[in-house]
Amino acid sequence: MERIGIIQGHNARHCADIELAKRICAGDQASEAQFVKEHIAWMRKLARQLVINATCADDAVQDAFANAFRALPKYEGRSSLKTWLHRITVNAALMKRRKSRQLRECDIDALMPEYDRYGLRVETPWPATETPEDIVTRRELRQAVIAGIARLPENYRNILHLRDIEGLDTATVAAQLSISESNVKVRLHRARSALKKLLESTAQELVS
Amino acid sequence: MNVTFWKRVAAEATRLWEGALFKFHPRMITCREFDSFVVDYLDDKLPIAQRRKFELHLKTCESCRDYLTAYEKTVEIGQALLISESDNPPADAPEDLVKAILDARRSAQGSN
Repeated sequence: MERIGIIQGHNARHCADIELAKRICAGDQASEAQFVKEHIAWMRKLARQLVINATCADDAVQDAFANAFRALPKYEGRSSLKTWLHRITVNAALMKRRKSRQLRECDIDALMPEYDRYGLRVETPWPATETPEDIVTRRELRQAVIAGIARLPENYRNILHLRDIEGLDTATVAAQLSISESNVKVRLHRARSALKKLLESTAQELVS
Repeated sequence: MNVTFWKRVAAEATRLWEGALFKFHPRMITCREFDSFVVDYLDDKLPIAQRRKFELHLKTCESCRDYLTAYEKTVEIGQALLISESDNPPADAPEDLVKAILDARRSAQGSN
C-alpha cells in the first residue's frame, strides 16, 4: 500500500507538490508527464555540470527519474519536490560519473598553496585581467574554466559546483552529500585553491 | 660581498622576522591559519576575534592579499559561469528523452 504522509507543520507551498506526488502514485499519466517536463531542464543542466559528458548526463537524468518514481510514495513534503529531486539528481550523476571514470583527475595536493621555510605564503599575483563575466563569455576562456573544474577530483568538484556554481549554502551541501559542514568547508577551500592554480596560466594569457 | 648578496640577506631576514611575528604575536595568525579562515571570512561567518586577526594579517601580508584577490576572482568566475548558463538555458529536453523516461516508468509499473 502506497503512503503519502503529510507531516505536521509542513510548508503550505509544498501542498501542491504533495498533491502531484499523490496523483503520480495513483498512476495518473498526465501528472507523470507534467512532473518530468517541469523538472527535466534544470536536472539536465545540473547533471551536465557534474558529469561533463552530455550523454552521461542524460543517462543520469533518466536514472534520477527512475529513482524518484520509486521513492515518490515516501515523499512527505518536508522539502519542496525540487529540493528533493536535486539530491536524487546529484546522487545519480555522481554514481554515473563514478562508473564512467571519464576524466583524468589532477593531483589536488600538488595544487595547494605553498609556503616557504618561515611559514610565509609563496604567491605569484595574478595580473589585472578581464572581468569574470568577460572571461566566461569568451569561448576559449570559458572552455579553459570548464576544463579546469573538470580536472578536479570528484569529491572536490562536486562541492565546488554545489557551493559556488549552484549557490547552495554549506549546511545544504553537507546534508546533500551526508558529510559534516566543516568537511564541506575544508574541501571547498581546497577545491577553490586548486582551481585558482589551474586558472593561473589562463589568467596570464589574458594579458599577453 | 656584492650588493645583490646583501639584498638577499636583508630579504631573508625580513621573511624570518615576518614568519616569527605571524607565528608568535598573540594578535597575529600565520598564512596557513589564514587559509583555514578564508571560507568563513568570505561567507561573513568568521567570529569577531578571528575576523580581527584575519584582517590584520591581510593588512600585513602582501602575498596573502594577492592570494585572496585571485581566490575571490576564481569564485567569481565560477559564479559568472552559472549566470551565463542561465542567460542561455539549454534547449528544451528532447522529446525522445522525456518519452524514454515515461516509458521506463510504465514498464517499471507493469513489472510490479
